[in-house]
Amino acid sequence: MISNIVSKFIFRRTIVLYRCKIRMESNFCYTNELSFINKMYSPVIPTYRVLNNEYIQKSPTVQEIEMDTNLLVKMYTTMISLNIIDTMLYECQRQGRISFYMTNFGEEAVQIGSAAALLSDDIVYAQYRESGILLWRGLNFSDLINQCYGNCKDKNKGRQMPVHYGSKEYKFVTLSSPLTTQLPQAVGAAYGLKQMQKNLCIVCYFGEGAASEGDAHAALNFAATLICPVIFICRNNQYAISTPIQQQYGGDGIAARGPAYGINTIRVDGNDIIAMYNATKFAREYTIQEKKPVLIEAMTYRIGHHSTSDNSTMYRSNQEINSHKNKIPIVLFKKYLEQFNLWDMNKEENFINFNKKTVLEAITIAEKHKIPSWEDLFTDVYYKMPNHISHPVVEETGWLV
Amino acid sequence: MFASVVRSVTRRSFSTSRWAAAQQMTVRDALNSAIDEEMQRDDRVFIMGEEVALYDGAYKVSRGLLKKYGENRVIDTPITEAGFCGMAVGAAMGGLRPICEFMTFNFAMQAIDQIINSAAKTYYMSAGKINVPIVFRGPNGAAAGVAAQHSQCYGAWFAHCPGLKVVSPYNSEDCKGLLKAAIRDPDPVVFLENELLYGVQYPMSDEALTKDFVLPIGKAKVERVGKHITLVAHSKAVELALEAANELAGKGIEAEVINLRSLRPLDMDTIAQSVVKTNHLISIEQGWPQCGIGAEISARIMESEAFYYLESPVIRITGVDTPMPYAKSLEQKALPVPSDIVDVTNRLLGLSQ
Ligand SMILES: Cc1ncc(C[n+]2csc(CCOP(=O)(O)OP(=O)(O)O)c2C)c(N)n1
Ligand SMILES: [Mg+2]
Repeated sequence: MISNIVSKFIFRRTIVLYRCKIRMESNFCYTNELSFINKMYSPVIPTYRVLNNEYIQKSPTVQEIEMDTNLLVKMYTTMISLNIIDTMLYECQRQGRISFYMTNFGEEAVQIGSAAALLSDDIVYAQYRESGILLWRGLNFSDLINQCYGNCKDKNKGRQMPVHYGSKEYKFVTLSSPLTTQLPQAVGAAYGLKQMQKNLCIVCYFGEGAASEGDAHAALNFAATLICPVIFICRNNQYAISTPIQQQYGGDGIAARGPAYGINTIRVDGNDIIAMYNATKFAREYTIQEKKPVLIEAMTYRIGHHSTSDNSTMYRSNQEINSHKNKIPIVLFKKYLEQFNLWDMNKEENFINFNKKTVLEAITIAEKHKIPSWEDLFTDVYYKMPNHISHPVVEETGWLV
Repeated sequence: MFASVVRSVTRRSFSTSRWAAAQQMTVRDALNSAIDEEMQRDDRVFIMGEEVALYDGAYKVSRGLLKKYGENRVIDTPITEAGFCGMAVGAAMGGLRPICEFMTFNFAMQAIDQIINSAAKTYYMSAGKINVPIVFRGPNGAAAGVAAQHSQCYGAWFAHCPGLKVVSPYNSEDCKGLLKAAIRDPDPVVFLENELLYGVQYPMSDEALTKDFVLPIGKAKVERVGKHITLVAHSKAVELALEAANELAGKGIEAEVINLRSLRPLDMDTIAQSVVKTNHLISIEQGWPQCGIGAEISARIMESEAFYYLESPVIRITGVDTPMPYAKSLEQKALPVPSDIVDVTNRLLGLSQ
């Protein structure tokens, strides 16, 4: 057993060394010209897009994009569903029914386009603005709503803030608030997949703001050196709360960092759901085949406030927000589907009315559910409950019981 | 949030007479004026953190400072706590007086190496050649409805470490006087604020309104004089102790309430003097019991002369020994309330309830 491990280790090391040698030989070149290098050696990374927009005159036809029309419609309706639940839970927060909420407005395509290109067993490490993935994978409205209400039907037992979902069934790792901690964890999990020789990948979502944490560097560097099947998807929505990208980083965004780590990278129009789908599919095929990481930077815009604790008109103009409204992914995609008779006003109205009703009913029921039981305060702190926790009153008041 | 405001209103109702003429100020404004005055007094002072400039700070503590002092002294940072904390530590080593704001102390965990291994130890390791005059500040402790990763007290964590000074103020006067002291201090100071108190108004004495109002770090304050039992607390738990004392007073029990103000150095003299008088001691904190501030106080009383004056064991009233849940019903159960203090007092003094 031991000798086996040792031989494997030695084998791996020799491969790594060999690789380094090649790299060194082929990557060196000399110059007698003294100058700084910066932008001239790294031109602006282009943004991949498919759907018609101001720059490309004509979108490809449905036949040309080679996607199943049912899939296309399901992608669109999931976007709308996400919109509906966001609108209604946001309203619940405004009415004081829940304490906090975060919407996904404007970022539906990043989430649903990528989710549609993954296998449902691929494991997702998300940040918090990725509820669309759960909807795509089949989580019920009422599951989302019960979590936000933290009632006794919340599968996470009222432990987490609203929108901090988690679902073992849907391979969605419970969200963690401290930013970027999911990135190195995703790499570790991907390393696990590789060791267990599974044909799956880890998909890790994060914001462009979160990319400033040291953990982002650690994750990208480890993914590249440990060679792990992980797809990093950065949602570059231009803001981290009030901080605009100009104050978040210099250089050409998050995508520019990929090649520096030796990671295959794609920049994609995050408002274009087909582009997002294609890019993720392409990335997935590569990562599964090569067991190597990919970095996708999805360029989008956060239409809503950061959270219900934020008022974004304090730091950006209505004019700015409005200028993005005709580029939002739902509008773009709807136009496309209508163009090929896959969708129409009528269908839209029926779908919205039906789902609004469903959400409203789920909310009404969620409000009637009991609060979590007090025992839930003490379970799951440890795998096996230690004595001092199983007698909390004793611990708190000593000899008083 | 609402509950906390209501509570503070009732709290004030029994102390109005003493403060009848005093001006009211929120904790937020007290902190803001402390930073403002110190920035005006000493141009080496600057503030740095996520959203502190354009956005006025996540909790609006730095409101108006960008306009007044410009972007060289009020600095928005990218989201990299370890990074900007390290820069602030370096700036302090280099002769400036940084105030390093964390959106909450929960996020300071990303930067704890810079705080403990660098800020707290450099003066010692450099044999006194390099001091690190820096203030690490931001909200700490249990907030409302923000769950396990945003709602916990780091008082005991930082108070454990030699080289740091740790301040955990309660009201507006505390905040103003102690923050000014922290900014002027030649050593690194961890300044633990409380999110739920930012918007609460407290009376400010005339003296506290002046620019020279500085409170000593390492000195506790007797908030209420009593002779039957000592209640010692810090931050928001002081409010709980005062409420309990008020209730107890109705039954003829005079509780002495000590507001610790500083967790390191810990003012054991004030506590011991009180114990000698009252013969009973309860510590109250919102943090966890094990290795907490109450545990430390209890141990030090055991080791002191005051031990012989105790007529009953020291009791710690703390937060429950689990991570903070989100659901309101569970959250309320996870934190101490004034009736816990009243109950324990009754037991200790052998009174029926
Ligand atoms: C370590 C840490 N620091 C700060 C925060 C506070 N915070 C929460 S979200 C956020 C902005 C993140 O922006 P980005 O990554 O761009 O995601 P977006 O909200 O735009 O989707 C900040 C600063 C946090 N949660 N964790
Ligand atoms: Mg962002």
